[in-house]
Amino acid sequence: MTFLNFLISGISLGSIYAIIALGYTMVYGIAKMLNFAHGDVIMVGAYICFYAVSRFSLPPLAGVVLAMLVCTVLGMLVERLAYKPLRAAPSLAVLITAIGVSYFLQNTALLLWSSNPKVFPSVVGNGKIEMFGGQLTISHVTIVTIAACVIIMLALTWFTGNTRMGKAMRACSEDKGAAQLMGINVNATISMTFAIGSGLAAIAGVLLCSAYPTLVPTTGSMPGIKAFTAAVFGGIGSIPGALLGGLLLGVIEIFAKAYISTQLSDAVVFAVLIVVLLVKPAGLLGKQIHEKV
Amino acid sequence: MAPILKVEDINVYYGSIHAVKGVSFEVNEGEIVTLIGANGAGKSTTLNTISGLLHSKTGSITFMDEHLSRFPCHKIVSKGLAMVPEGRRIFLQMTVQENLEMGAFTQGKAGIDADLDHVFSLFPRLEERRRQVAGTLSGGEQQMLAMGRALMSHPKLLMLDEPSMGLAPILVEQIFEIIQELHKAGTTILLVEQNAQAALSVADRGYVLETGRIVTSGTGHELLESPAIKKAYLGG
Ligand SMILES: Nc1ncnc2c1ncn2[C@@H]1O[C@H](COP(=O)(O)OP(=O)(O)O)[C@@H](O)[C@H]1O
Ligand SMILES: [Mg+2]
Repeated sequence: MTFLNFLISGISLGSIYAIIALGYTMVYGIAKMLNFAHGDVIMVGAYICFYAVSRFSLPPLAGVVLAMLVCTVLGMLVERLAYKPLRAAPSLAVLITAIGVSYFLQNTALLLWSSNPKVFPSVVGNGKIEMFGGQLTISHVTIVTIAACVIIMLALTWFTGNTRMGKAMRACSEDKGAAQLMGINVNATISMTFAIGSGLAAIAGVLLCSAYPTLVPTTGSMPGIKAFTAAVFGGIGSIPGALLGGLLLGVIEIFAKAYISTQLSDAVVFAVLIVVLLVKPAGLLGKQIHEKV
Repeated sequence: MAPILKVEDINVYYGSIHAVKGVSFEVNEGEIVTLIGANGAGKSTTLNTISGLLHSKTGSITFMDEHLSRFPCHKIVSKGLAMVPEGRRIFLQMTVQENLEMGAFTQGKAGIDADLDHVFSLFPRLEERRRQVAGTLSGGEQQMLAMGRALMSHPKLLMLDEPSMGLAPILVEQIFEIIQELHKAGTTILLVEQNAQAALSVADRGYVLETGRIVTSGTGHELLESPAIKKAYLGG
């Protein structure tokens, strides 16, 4: 029964990683860049929700929506101001800029909200369900997290497969030049991708802090790196890959903490990543495409 | 016959490489015009500049009395100018049908079914493979898909960049038949080819590019008969 408890916490943590990993993977797929500031957008989302709910007494759902709006705008702004001018620049320059944006967001948060940890109120309360005479407990946060992840995945899959904007995104991720020849506005598509990824980051931030309630300006960076790892693990650029990578990473991390060692859990996670990449360099679901003549 | 496309004195650079040097030419409505030249002569650069993927430092490109340089690349296709790029560049992870739908991105949803039927009547092979992922098609089928995709936007001028590249002779013949069919149906065509023989035999007029400059022009027939052209491009 403890095994089942661990599995469920692993899936729950993994769901959060998966939602964050989606932002990395979509942006990578379309803009071909690693947006290392993505983790910090999570933190901004969590702070916005925190202030909306604890200081301005908004209902939790309104807090989440507000956080999503702010993060969506923030993501588009970061893209417009920091990344768009570098569209033709070498990828190393873009990477360094992304790291710069990450520090900028963290330090702005430090200035605005100080380094004092905030105790994040869970947006779904602290209730839990007990089963098998209390041997198996599932908190409401866990249920909402897993449900959110499933809904987001289904919605995104439908979006990329069936809508005009979604198809434009897929076209841009394959070949921007050819996409422009079709009449697709590549800049608008990239901006939209940042908007979606950042809106999802806000949701991830709220869920993360509902499960682990200490909120500081660096809250986003470790989950950000883990989720980036999850995206690579599953195959960067692939939406189902982000889900699979996120879930596996979450489960491996919780099991490593439970059965091996709390201190070594991250080392185990990254060791598994290295092994997977040695066997499948494009990640679990990453595609390697060969051109035909 | 008014010029539908007029290219005047374009100069295109890749960094410090001067790839197209003062090129001017025109395409009249209803013609097949070909640009021929050796590998690296600047043919693709010229087409990519017309379609807005690259930009000229000088001169102008006028298409149906509009200056194209005023518009970003993604606005060009809705003006009636479509390009089948070199190397096809179809969307390999999308299905055949999705690729064709991407070609109609700027068109309303209404006419799509009729347009698909039209493309499938030109390329029956594509209809059989309509749900297949484009990356699994053979080279010839991919070329057909690239042409079909461009046709979905109802181009007045269709630009083709080396449609015969890497194809077996029988397929090359088939592609040239389709080009002539499209021409008969009223599409103006600008054809870039290394296969000068085939291109000149279907073209009304041709221009010869050498290291970024137009060195000769004439009717398809004149160029085919010209001793200099024969020697340089037609294998004696
Ligand atoms: N992306 C590029 N970067 C730098 N140089 C290029 C690039 N593409 C083409 N060139 C150069 O520009 C010239 C013209 O190339 P291109 O237009 O592709 O010729 P063609 O299509 O006639 O074979 C060549 O010298 C080629 O090396
Ligand atoms: Mg070429």
